[in-house]
Amino acid sequence: MRNAVQSHATEFALLAVIAIICLFLSIVTDRFFSLGNAFDLLNTSSVNIIFAVGLLVVLIAGGIDISFAVAASVVQYITAILLGWVGGGSWVSGLLIASGLGILLGAVNAFLIHKFRIISIVVTIATFNIYFGLLMFFSRGVSIYDLPDWLTTRIILFEHEMADGSWIEITLPVLVMLICVAATWLLITRTTTGRQLYAFGDNPEGARRFGINIGAMQFIAYGWLGLMAGIGGLIQAHYAQEVVPNALYGRELDVLAAVVLGGARLGGGKGSVLGCVLGVLLISITQNGLNLAGVSPYAFKMIVGAIILVAITLSNARIEKLLPFMRQNGGSK
Amino acid sequence: MTAIIRRSRAVLGPEMAGPGLALFAVVLFFGLASPQFLSRATFGSVAFQLPELGLLTLAMLLPVLTGGLNLAITFTANIAGLTLAWVLQMNGGVDAGPFAFFLGGLLAIGAGAASGVVMGLVIAYTRAHPILVSLSMMIFLRGLGEFLTRGGDVSGFPAYLAPLGHGSVLGFPVPLLVFIGCVAIWHLLLTRMKLGFNTYMIGSNIEATRYSGVNTRKVLVLVYMLSGAMCAVAGIIMLARFNSVRVGHGESYLLITVLACFLGGVNPFGGFGRVIPVFVALVVLQLLASGLNLMGANQHLATAVWGILLIAVMILRYAAGHLKLLNRKKG
Repeated sequence: MRNAVQSHATEFALLAVIAIICLFLSIVTDRFFSLGNAFDLLNTSSVNIIFAVGLLVVLIAGGIDISFAVAASVVQYITAILLGWVGGGSWVSGLLIASGLGILLGAVNAFLIHKFRIISIVVTIATFNIYFGLLMFFSRGVSIYDLPDWLTTRIILFEHEMADGSWIEITLPVLVMLICVAATWLLITRTTTGRQLYAFGDNPEGARRFGINIGAMQFIAYGWLGLMAGIGGLIQAHYAQEVVPNALYGRELDVLAAVVLGGARLGGGKGSVLGCVLGVLLISITQNGLNLAGVSPYAFKMIVGAIILVAITLSNARIEKLLPFMRQNGGSK
Repeated sequence: MTAIIRRSRAVLGPEMAGPGLALFAVVLFFGLASPQFLSRATFGSVAFQLPELGLLTLAMLLPVLTGGLNLAITFTANIAGLTLAWVLQMNGGVDAGPFAFFLGGLLAIGAGAASGVVMGLVIAYTRAHPILVSLSMMIFLRGLGEFLTRGGDVSGFPAYLAPLGHGSVLGFPVPLLVFIGCVAIWHLLLTRMKLGFNTYMIGSNIEATRYSGVNTRKVLVLVYMLSGAMCAVAGIIMLARFNSVRVGHGESYLLITVLACFLGGVNPFGGFGRVIPVFVALVVLQLLASGLNLMGANQHLATAVWGILLIAVMILRYAAGHLKLLNRKKG
């Protein structure tokens, strides 16, 4: 048990913080501690979790990606247009198109990073501007509301009436999110490719000498994020029942903050699916709780930002003291 | 001919090649493509649009040189603008005197510097990644600004502020003069002062710098403080130009400032990069936007072209490095 706590320090710390916040919120508000609210939370944070697990893979592989949220917008938009052309389509064709486009956009990043040895933040900032600029130029900022019926109809997979008359429900985004989380977990913990991704992120040169195919690693990492961005984009369109070109603009930094809060390290080689999901949940729970506690919505971001800042400060300070060897390559005490 | 090239390279530095070439290409292309391009009007509009993005880019430059990043720049500028707006409103809004502006400006720069100091302290003492620290600071400042303004905008400033955003002295727009002044300060700081030298040192190798007796923590805190103060200058100019403060003004500039730095030859890992090439890169970006505008495209297409330009420069640099390597092998 102690071993588990030590090797998953971030996850346990997050769980503890989430537990404390939940406890506090259940005392302060009467609405927080209910199944209905828990399911609301899951439904609303699904898309962010899909993005987050995708980004996690890139962070583990030692990269960073700023462009995925905008790529998801591009995928949404093109998918909506293509579906209009083929005359409606269905979930199967929609998911195929969105995944394909997402992987393609991810592969563009991977290609530039690998082929021309440009570092990932430069490439993705450039592609962020290219994707967003072109999307806004060709769409003229016009939203699409005329989506196929299958895409906009809410699909409720499970519903149950509570004793007090309120309904709890699990909708399609939650199911898709669970599949994405499980798939990512399988990829990074149960496959050789996953181990290679960690190794590559931790020490690219070492990984190369060990015979790991660097190019394949880049394409897998960015392709996976592209896949998740594509699926997340489609699910977001389903959830919002519209495609707004700049709706996801700015989401990338929020998701990045959540993923890193969950223990992934900028620089690679570290991070877990559980931590990543908990990071997103911590932020949504805080926002949800503040909302229920009657705090002005304008103050949400301020409080969330302060929490992340404090969390990063504390976790970094502590990890450094816990691991003396970290001090050699980074510390200055 | 080669002697001239070598000599100009020695004067301008290797970082100048990319932006210089791009400037030449842009002027040539649009000069041929559109007859109105090489006119006073184009350069006038560039001169008025350049400073906002430019000042924020200067704020981004120092942290990038240390191998970090400051993602909070735009919202630091907003908060500084709000501080100035608040002081002006406290002193009668439209009727506020010059002293109120002076005081407000000082407080605004103080507020910007304060946010920088907090980031610098966290980065220097906990060794957290600058992207994270500035990211959470950005989320915090955005929230703070939204909380204070309730998402609306603040306006109603004294009339003597208008020239700061729109006036010109001897044909030069005032914002441009402020920007050029700040470019000069940054240039002097980086080339003539110990702090600038230490900034490059930290970007190259922070451990070696610390072992050579430099107080790296102090330098980092100062770098982020100066970055925050420069954001405040941008915020003040933005207040005067829009005649209002709104949280989110200039938000779309955030990643473009990074793009401008890299386009200006700054090393993404820190340690290398100079102010003047970055300035030229900014001029290139604005000329591109104006040229495309003349040809009937909009700002969004310009943004896309800026991204393509960055990738093109990076690919060219890769190709140039490759060629050099090939030549060396042959010789």
